[in-house]
Amino acid sequence: MVSFLFKRLLQSFVVMITVALIAFSMFRFVGDPINNMVGQDTTQQEREELREKLGLNDPFLVQFGRFTLNAAQGDFGLSYKYRVPVSEMIFERMPATLELAFVSAIIALFFGIPLGVYTALKRKGILSKFIMTMSLVGVSLPTFLTGILLILLFGVMLRWLPTFGRGDVIEIGSWTTGFLTVSGLKSLILPSITLALFQLTLIMRLVRAEMLEVLRTDFVKFAKARGLPDRAVHFKHALKNTLVPVITITGLQLGSLIAFAIITESVFQWPGMGLMFIQAISDVDIPVMAAYLVLIAFFFVVINMIVDLLYYAVDPRLRADNE
Amino acid sequence: MDLLSIKNLEIEFPSRRGTVVAVNDVNLTVQPGEVLGVVGESGAGKSTIGNAVIGLLEPPGRMSGGEVYLKGEQINNLSSEEKRKIRGRRIGMIFQDPLTSLDPLQTVEQQLVETIELHLKLGEAKAKERAIDLLHQVGIPNPELRVKHYPHQFSGGMRQRVVIALALCAEPEVIIADEPTTALDVSIQAQILELMRKLCQEKQVGMLIITHDMGVIADITDRVAVMYRGNLVEEGTTQKILGNPDHPYTKSLISAVPRPDIRLKRFPMVDYIEKEEDRKKLLDISTHWLGQARDFDAVEGPLVEVEDLVMTFVTKPAFLKKNRQTFNAVNGVSFEIRQGEVFGLVGESGSGKSTVARMISGLYKPAKGAVKFGGTNLTEIKSEKELDYFRRQMQMIFQDPFSSLNGRMRVMDIVAEPIRFHKLTSSNAETEGIVMDLLEHVGLGRQAAVRFPHEFSGGQRQRISIARALATRPRFLICDEPTSALDVSIQAQILNLLKDLQEELGLTMLFISHDLPVIRQMCDRVGVMKMGELVEVTETEKLFTAPEAPYSQELLSLMPKLDNLSQQGLQVEGA
Amino acid sequence: MEKTIEKTRFERFLDSDVWHSFKSSPVAIISSLVTLIMILAALFAPYIAPHDPFDLVSIDIMDSNLPPAWQEFGEARFLLGTDDQGRDILSTIMYGARISLFVGFASVIFSMVVGITLGLISGYAGGRVDAFIMRVADIQLSFPAILIALLIDGVARGIVPKELHEELSIYVLIFAIGISGWVQYARTVRGSTLVERNKEYVQAARVIGIRPGTILRRHILPNVMGPVMVIATIHLAIAIITEATLSFLGVGVPPTTPSLGTLIRIGNEYLFSGEWWITIFPGITLVILVLAVNLLGDWLRDALNPKLR
Repeated sequence: MVSFLFKRLLQSFVVMITVALIAFSMFRFVGDPINNMVGQDTTQQEREELREKLGLNDPFLVQFGRFTLNAAQGDFGLSYKYRVPVSEMIFERMPATLELAFVSAIIALFFGIPLGVYTALKRKGILSKFIMTMSLVGVSLPTFLTGILLILLFGVMLRWLPTFGRGDVIEIGSWTTGFLTVSGLKSLILPSITLALFQLTLIMRLVRAEMLEVLRTDFVKFAKARGLPDRAVHFKHALKNTLVPVITITGLQLGSLIAFAIITESVFQWPGMGLMFIQAISDVDIPVMAAYLVLIAFFFVVINMIVDLLYYAVDPRLRADNE
Repeated sequence: MDLLSIKNLEIEFPSRRGTVVAVNDVNLTVQPGEVLGVVGESGAGKSTIGNAVIGLLEPPGRMSGGEVYLKGEQINNLSSEEKRKIRGRRIGMIFQDPLTSLDPLQTVEQQLVETIELHLKLGEAKAKERAIDLLHQVGIPNPELRVKHYPHQFSGGMRQRVVIALALCAEPEVIIADEPTTALDVSIQAQILELMRKLCQEKQVGMLIITHDMGVIADITDRVAVMYRGNLVEEGTTQKILGNPDHPYTKSLISAVPRPDIRLKRFPMVDYIEKEEDRKKLLDISTHWLGQARDFDAVEGPLVEVEDLVMTFVTKPAFLKKNRQTFNAVNGVSFEIRQGEVFGLVGESGSGKSTVARMISGLYKPAKGAVKFGGTNLTEIKSEKELDYFRRQMQMIFQDPFSSLNGRMRVMDIVAEPIRFHKLTSSNAETEGIVMDLLEHVGLGRQAAVRFPHEFSGGQRQRISIARALATRPRFLICDEPTSALDVSIQAQILNLLKDLQEELGLTMLFISHDLPVIRQMCDRVGVMKMGELVEVTETEKLFTAPEAPYSQELLSLMPKLDNLSQQGLQVEGA
Repeated sequence: MEKTIEKTRFERFLDSDVWHSFKSSPVAIISSLVTLIMILAALFAPYIAPHDPFDLVSIDIMDSNLPPAWQEFGEARFLLGTDDQGRDILSTIMYGARISLFVGFASVIFSMVVGITLGLISGYAGGRVDAFIMRVADIQLSFPAILIALLIDGVARGIVPKELHEELSIYVLIFAIGISGWVQYARTVRGSTLVERNKEYVQAARVIGIRPGTILRRHILPNVMGPVMVIATIHLAIAIITEATLSFLGVGVPPTTPSLGTLIRIGNEYLFSGEWWITIFPGITLVILVLAVNLLGDWLRDALNPKLR
């Protein structure tokens, strides 16, 4: 157990260092950082002084080490465009994105897994075929288009729901939440459905495929040959075995919600990190891009660790290998 | 009243190329305490019978006619819920592969208790007691502890015992075993068969055992039913079927079984199923291309020498060399193969015999030791060009006819590839002519060249493999389990072909097999391998009459006794 | 005599299970027809489109924001209406699909070449080369493709001089989408290569003496192309979506050469003022195209994997 955890931690560390290296390279080599910090009328000498002061003349490894140390403490420097600390910008927008992703994840899992199991078990049923066809439509609908269609229907034509922003939010410490106000909750509906739809169909199709795979195995056939009722075969044996691979991929999918939020936030003008990131790309605001990248990587690494632990709990073969 | 009785059973599989009748008008009965064997080669329809009895035919297969009775009560027309109640409770089932038959995520206890509770309506404590008792009955040592383990913690043989315990949970009246020992080694097969025989007698269970293996039939059954292409061609006591069969198919089948007791010149009467193209018109080797450029005819001493070969596999990879766990699959093996002889290597799976073959042919690079061909140490040659010369002298025939040919190439290109690579001819027309001659020579006929591998049966594909191996005009042929994936009558044909070719072309051969009777039919001398080491090298006849190493003696004692086989039309070697 | 047994490639194709499965699947036939029609319409847009939306002479600002022909104020000249500059929507869709499909196909081919090459090397060479390639793939796979495409796009904006932005942006886009997709191919090809490499026909080729390069090309590559074609089809759908998404977000192709995504972005601003057609028609086109390709991929996967049926 300990060695397993240690190995995973080490792997996560390697991933974070790699990402940090990419972020640092962007920071250092895309455009000239000095040019982005000072005005047109700064003299060459002032530039050189600033360069020296910021340590841009130090050896590569020293600079990278400093960058990593700062990043680990949440310090990514100033935004080129807004001249405020990047960390402040991010922390201000993080609650909006996380709340949106959280609600979407719940929707995607709550509908995706049961639908996947259902369509696998009733493979030939009419309802299953309908659901499968709809899921292909779901996979074929780009997220931004889903958003636009929902806005057109519920915002423009029916005028039931708000189509942009978070509505009223309440501050709890440094966290702003939209969960506690009516307008906040109403504002969440369309964006969270938009964000969840694509993941929902993916999770559903994945669960179905894995379940079908397990239903073909010898041990399911043997369980049937022992006279076990379908209920026991399907849910006790098949579903549990399905969950092993599903956990991994579902974990990754949920992680990608945070990244896919970029599109949803852009469509709904949702004041989260994704909207900030997309603006940073338009403005070539490298510090913001770098910080966002590192942060997303961190989320992924954490989710991966949780997935691994779950995996470990479900599959006895893993436990035995490490005894 | 019969315990189990199958009447006029018909099973069909509809497909887009028409309906395939898998089983046609089959009648069988099983009595309490009796073991009935259903034997047949692939495509005989034997497995579908078992599945039809328990109502688990896999779609699109369906039972299109006939009745199944259990103690006089018709069961094939019951509702699926009633059929389910019979499965496990009154009819138990054992499948072929114990590695995949158990749910990997549940302990053995959970799986046993679940089944016991369901059928016997026992409380949990009683069910747990019975689970331990069952493991004890099937001969699993320390059952109180083992019951808490997961399937992956058991070896293959032990898992098959667990599978048997699961089938016995509710004291069924009938057990259907579908190839129960095919995935197991010979030594474990003997133990499992003995266990099944014992349980069958003690509990007066009727057993239907489905197999392709005459050894299993001879070992365990009381009566035998012989299936051929969906039809039951003959039925009778095991003694009668093996010793004095009536139907021409059964005769052919029995005569194709490699005999452990005597060495034959050839297998007689084996072309009932797949007639080979006329091979009578043999090429005159002295003038044909195949017989030319014989570089290694005049070698003094052994053609192939293997000295102190070691092969190491990494079992647990790690970035740092010192953290890797390794395992010596072959550990210091030395032997020599004389010019013109057939040398056999025999051993159980994992004994390293195939690894030795792969090192000789250059597929694996030995960790230590030397492979010498005609006195030249091949492991010291660095240049590919120089190696090509030796590669041409030794070719290999593989086990699985379905993966040993590239399905995307025509037979012509498959057989011509080595000729073209080694530039053995001066024109493409000449190459194609030689390929046709070769195909004819291995009994396929010239038209085979324009077809693709999937248009041929397993035995025919193995002939293509042989043609490809001969295309470099090798002096030395390595046969790695060349017939173990084939049906027994096809195996006999291929073995006949290999014997003929060896004689005509004066080939030297390394013949690898796990099957002792096959070794006896094919080899002049033999080496016995156990866990990467060679425990005995001797004349084949001596091994079968007076084995020296204890392991050889053990292997021979586990070999199924087929001593009452019919002797019709046999020609004994040397007689 | 031999002629009767020998089958041409075409005859073999007609007898194959894939072709039979295709013939008996209305979904496969319809979706392939739809895909084909869209590709042809896009390809020949300059010849068949009713208007040239980029010919400034023929555009009249007086025609701007006209609704579709069947609605009040609609005109027969503009079947699907016009946009804010008076351009015919139908024509802009045809030209837009051209860009979308070009970017889609180009990035799929790019991914395919990179992925297959690395997958073959990884699977056949094994050892540290394999470990390294697969580690990189793992790390990349833990980020969504769209994020990687966005990032590459963003970085490229920083590197490419401003005056070349418009000219190069389409190639940057192909590179970004292509790079974000190679992992799928590499992993699949590596997996199949590992299986094929241990098959006996490859070992037979090695015993003959055939060199690794030839074995990879002649023996392994043709045998791993089945699953690659499935991935490529589904990837084409994803690539088209990704292009549209990036263009919608304003970091894709420049507005001067509008793709379907760009058109939707432009139209999105008019959604609230009631001119829904500017955004909905390109949107529908995009969905139908992607859906047809997805259905085709779905069918192909089932057809090549008979045990699923």
